[in-house]
Amino acid sequence: MDFEAMREYLPLFWQALGLTLRIGWQGVLLAFGLGTLCAVVLHLRLPLLRQFTAAYIELFRNTPLLVQLFFLYFALPKIGIRMRPAFCGVLGLGLLGGAYMAETIRSGLESIAPIQSESAWSLGMTRLQAFRYVILPQAVTRSVPGLLANVIFLLKETSVFSTISLMDLMFTAKDLIGMYAKTMECLTLLVVFYLIMLLPVSALGSLVERRLRHAEFGP
Amino acid sequence: MENALLEIKGLKKAYGEHVVLDGIDLSVNKGEVVVVIGPSGCGKSTLLRCVNALEDIQGGEVLLDGEPVRRDGKDISRMRQKIGMVFQSYDLFPHKTVLENILLAPTKVQKRPRAEAEKEALALLDRVGLAGRKDDYPRQLSGGQKQRVAIVRALIMHPEILLLDEITAALDPEMVHEVLQVVLGLAKSGSTMLIVTHEMAFARAIADRILFLEGGRIVEESREPKAFFERPATDRARQFLRTFEY
Amino acid sequence: MQSLGLDVLFKGKNLIRLLGGLWVAVRISLFSVTISIALGLVLGVLATGRSRAFKAVFRVYLEIVRIMPQMVLLFVVYFGTTRVFGWDLSAEVSAVIVFSFWGAAEMGDLVRGALVSIPRIQYESAEALGLSDGQVYRYVILPQTVRRLIPLSINLITRMIKTTNLVIMIGMVEVLKVAQQIIEANRRSSPNAAFGLFAVVLLLYFAICWPISRLAGYLEKRWA
Repeated sequence: MDFEAMREYLPLFWQALGLTLRIGWQGVLLAFGLGTLCAVVLHLRLPLLRQFTAAYIELFRNTPLLVQLFFLYFALPKIGIRMRPAFCGVLGLGLLGGAYMAETIRSGLESIAPIQSESAWSLGMTRLQAFRYVILPQAVTRSVPGLLANVIFLLKETSVFSTISLMDLMFTAKDLIGMYAKTMECLTLLVVFYLIMLLPVSALGSLVERRLRHAEFGP
Repeated sequence: MENALLEIKGLKKAYGEHVVLDGIDLSVNKGEVVVVIGPSGCGKSTLLRCVNALEDIQGGEVLLDGEPVRRDGKDISRMRQKIGMVFQSYDLFPHKTVLENILLAPTKVQKRPRAEAEKEALALLDRVGLAGRKDDYPRQLSGGQKQRVAIVRALIMHPEILLLDEITAALDPEMVHEVLQVVLGLAKSGSTMLIVTHEMAFARAIADRILFLEGGRIVEESREPKAFFERPATDRARQFLRTFEY
Repeated sequence: MQSLGLDVLFKGKNLIRLLGGLWVAVRISLFSVTISIALGLVLGVLATGRSRAFKAVFRVYLEIVRIMPQMVLLFVVYFGTTRVFGWDLSAEVSAVIVFSFWGAAEMGDLVRGALVSIPRIQYESAEALGLSDGQVYRYVILPQTVRRLIPLSINLITRMIKTTNLVIMIGMVEVLKVAQQIIEANRRSSPNAAFGLFAVVLLLYFAICWPISRLAGYLEKRWA
C-alpha cells in the first residue's frame, strides 16, 4: 500500500465527496418535496392528478437510475432539452427518490386511523386543517425511519453519476486507477469515503428507529 | 310544543343494498338527554355519525337550529362546531399533549386567543379531575382519563349538543364509573346530549327519553326510563333487555 | 422533423441485439437471486438462533451491504481481487459474486424479519396442542413465513434487475452499451437516434420490472 500516493490523492477525494454530497442533498431535498406532494395527491385522491402521479411513480420505481440518467442526459438534448450534468444529476436523483418517498409517506398517511380525521372534523376542522394539524405531522413522524432509509439508498445511487461525467467519488477513483494504476490505494479511499458519507446517516437512522419503536410520542 | 334544537327527518342510510337506517324521525329539545339503546348492528352508532355528517346519507335530513347539516355543505365546519362528539375508541391526537389536544380546535378553528382558551381548558380539566395531567401525552393516560380529555376537548367548543358514541365500551370496568360521573355532571348542568350506550343502569339514571332502535328503525320510544326498563311496551325491547339478565 | 431513432431500432438486427443486451442483465439477476435466496434462508434462520457471535457478524455484514454502493463493491471485487490475489475473475463472475453478496444479506434480513414477526403465542398455542418442535415449524410457522416471504423475494428480483446494469462500468456489454454502440454506428444517418433508443431501453426495463412488482404487490395484499 502506497500511503504517499494516498495522501496525494486525498484532496481529490475530498473534492469529489463535496460534489457528491452537494448533488446528493439537493436531490434528496427535491425528492422529499416531490414525494410529499405526490403522497398528498394520492392520499386526497385528487382526480386526474392522481392517475398522473401514479404513472410517474410506477415508471421511476421500475427502471434503473442509470437508464433514467442516460435518458435525461443523452436522449433529451435530441428533442432540444439540454441540461448541465450537475442539474441532470439532481433532477434524476430527485425524480427517482420522489417516487420512493411518495410511497413511504403515503403508507405513513394510510397508517393513521380514519378516526383521527373524523375527530378532527367533528371539532369543526376543515379537511385541510385536519390534514395539516392532525394527519400530516403523525404520518411524517411515522415515516422518518423509512425516509432515512430512502436517503441512504439515494446517496448510494449517486455512484452512477460518473457515467454522465460528474466528477464524483466513483469517477475520481476510476480516473486515478486508469492514470496511475494504484488500484488498491484508490479502492481503499473509495470505500473509506463512502463510509464517511453514509455511516452517520445510517447511525442516525437506527437511533431514530429505536426511539420511535419504544415511544411513539412524548418523553 | 317547544322548538327542537336537533331535528332528524326521515333519515335513510344504506351501504349498497344493506339498509342501516330506515327512516328515522327524531327531535331533541334544548337541555334534553336522549339515550339510544339497541342490539349491536342496529344502526345506533351510524345514527350519531349521520348527525355529525361523517356519513353520506341516502335520504332525509338533519337540522340543527333549523339549519341543515350536510356532508358536502359549504358551512359544514361551522355546523360541526355546534356539535360535539366523543367516540368509542380513544381518539386523542397522539402527537399532542393533553392541553394541546384541547386547544387545537379553539385556536385554529375558532381563532380564539390562546391565553383565554387555555384558561378555560384548565378550568374544564379541573372539573373532570385532570388538571395535573395537562402536559402529559395521551399514551401516558389510562383509557378513562383519555375519554375525559376527549369530553373536555369537545366541551371547549361550546357545542349546542353533545354526541356520545359508546364512550365506555372500550374501557376497563373500573374506569367506566369515572367517565359516566362526568357525563352525569354535564346532564345536571343542563347540557343537551344524544347518547348511545350499552350501560343500562347509566341509561336509566341519565335519560330524559329512551329510544330503542332495531333493524334501523325506532321500535320503541319512552319518556319514562324507569317504566321502560321495568315494563317495556314491545316484545322486541323486552327480549333485548332480557339479554342483560343472567 | 428528423427521425428520433425508431427506424434505427428496426434496422438489421438492432432490436435483437438490444434484447440480447437486456438478457445479460436478466441472466446475471437470475443467477444472483437464486444464490441469494438459498444463502439468505440459511442466514436468516441462523440469525434468529442463539449464537450471539453470529448475530453480531450478520449485523456488520448487513450494515456493509446497506451502506456500500453496489458499484463500489463491484470495483473492489473486479479490480481488487486481481490486484491482491492475482485472480482473473471475469466481469460476469464478479457481478454474480457482488450481487449475491448483496442479495443474500437482504434476503437473510427478510427471512429473519418474517420469522420474528410470527407472534410467540403461535408457537405456544401450537405446543399446547401437543405438536412437536418439528411439527410446529412444519404446520404452523413455515406456512405463515413463506407467505410473507414470497412477495418480498419477488421484489428482490426487480431490485436485482434494476441494479445489474451497473456491470457496464466494469466493461460488460449490456443493453445500455449495445444502445450506445447502435447510436454510434448510425451517427451520420440518424443523428437523433439517442432519443429513440434510450427511450426504448427505459421502456424495456419498465416492461420487465413493472409486471413483476405488480405480481409482488398483488400477492402481498392477498396474503396479508
